Amino acid sequence: MSSQASAAIARFEEEFARLRRRQRIQLLVFAAILLALFFGAAEVSNFRLDRLLAGLPRIGEYIGKTLPEIRINSFFGDIAYWYYGFFRWLGLLLDTLLIALMALLFGSVGGFLLSFPASRNLSGNVVVYFICRRLAEIARTVPEIVYALIFVVAFGIGPLAGFLALSVHAVGAMGKLYAEANENIDERQLEGIRAAGGNWFEMIRFAVLPQVLPNFMTYTLWRLELNIRSAAIVGFVGAGGIGQELYTAISFNYYEDVSAIVLMVVLTIMIIDLVCERLRHKIIGKDNLQ
Amino acid sequence: MLKLEGLTKTFGALAAVNDVSFEVPAGQMLGIIGRSGAGKSTLLRMINRLTEPAAGRIICGDRDVSALRGRALRLWRRECAMIFQQFNLVPRLDVLTNVLMGRLSYQPTLRSLLKLFTPEERALAVVTLERVEMAASFLQRADQLSGGQQQRVAIARALVQEPRIILADEPIASLDPRSAARVMDILRSINRDDGMTVICNLHTIDTARSYCDRVIGMRAGRVVFDGLPSALDRERINNIYAAEGADEDIDENITSTALPVGTDRDRIGHAVTAA
Repeated sequence: MSSQASAAIARFEEEFARLRRRQRIQLLVFAAILLALFFGAAEVSNFRLDRLLAGLPRIGEYIGKTLPEIRINSFFGDIAYWYYGFFRWLGLLLDTLLIALMALLFGSVGGFLLSFPASRNLSGNVVVYFICRRLAEIARTVPEIVYALIFVVAFGIGPLAGFLALSVHAVGAMGKLYAEANENIDERQLEGIRAAGGNWFEMIRFAVLPQVLPNFMTYTLWRLELNIRSAAIVGFVGAGGIGQELYTAISFNYYEDVSAIVLMVVLTIMIIDLVCERLRHKIIGKDNLQ
Repeated sequence: MLKLEGLTKTFGALAAVNDVSFEVPAGQMLGIIGRSGAGKSTLLRMINRLTEPAAGRIICGDRDVSALRGRALRLWRRECAMIFQQFNLVPRLDVLTNVLMGRLSYQPTLRSLLKLFTPEERALAVVTLERVEMAASFLQRADQLSGGQQQRVAIARALVQEPRIILADEPIASLDPRSAARVMDILRSINRDDGMTVICNLHTIDTARSYCDRVIGMRAGRVVFDGLPSALDRERINNIYAAEGADEDIDENITSTALPVGTDRDRIGHAVTAA
């Protein structure tokens, strides 16, 4: 009996050691591949420490040039001189915000509609699922700035191009995010509605939405922050808003304008971020309490 | 009358349900017993087509249920309401809305989506909740209820479907003994007083004995017993529950969820008289 047991233990140990060995070899191979990729990437991107160190002071140099001259004895005058275009910039900033908001509306509605056929568990049809998933992928993998370039050429310089570019991207990105929330639902609720004779729309309305709406709302708020940054960026290619003005200031070396505009954008984004964070916590917190 | 003909479901190489045929006369209370994995759930889920049969037919009256599609299928599901082990309510919706889900197929989709139920339907829901003694909590969210309360709400949802058949898939397996007895009493009242056919998966022999007119025993996807509960003797129980090839006695008390009443001998005596 005991010799039988020790033989079994020996067999187990042998098998265990073999499995461990295989795991270790796999780990080493993966580590080697990762290391090779890392050095390859550094080589391709021309990443060298000496270049980095040489470039660093130039960043400070540029920032220094953009800073306005503000003296204590003429403080308000200097501020007024620095922000000579304040109200025009404020208007443009408002344009940017509106582009972001409109694109958010369009993107969340479009993403919402797209997300259900693009969820594996809800689609019910492999072909529809595949097409919707690929559509969302195409819409979100092309950078917004590329869409903006295309739409500026098609519809002319201005906010319309920016709005369209952001919308297309947001539909794809939010469609995917929403779909992933849909795929994580508790399927038993779905089954409860189906067994009661409910159709597809009724299942979505009563079994899926109650589960995913809090997620959808936090994703949407998060997207708003992203959209505002993106709305400022697409302006660089002529798609309207404050970005267009910033690009002009940078390319014509209106140094002080650059700092004035950037400061306004940063403050705006900070405020929006704070508000969104509050809202998000309210939604999550309320849900956890219940 | 519900008729199953050669019903089969395979998962890969495994036949979860293997060539099952039987008839259920209207108004019968039928218990299906067997070990976990014997195919009880799959069989029940095939009847209301939550699971598609691989082969065989389901006939109800002169309709081939196994061939139904679209709206006809949804109407069939309404006609044979399902009660689940895990209740399958929507936890974030209130009790009343959960019950009204049983009325979805009675009205146009657009009205449903807007939660526009008629006052008559709301009244029906409340009356039905009253019957399962849950009317007092009609505005509570379903996730605030205990398991037994949730199951009673789920029964109310099934009842407002105004079905002819109730399929109950292990309705008491997640409940404590007292709640379990209550749920079984309600199911029996639905059967006796409303004349509804009730097909109930159970894994406890004594529950089947106390509540069912007829018991079907399943083992490894096949029907190995079909008869009166009183015909379930030790040998037949062993045949249903014993592992393939094993030769061990099954102690009925092991599978019991009944309330402990008096001594063991009293209990068995009670169960036998009830059967």
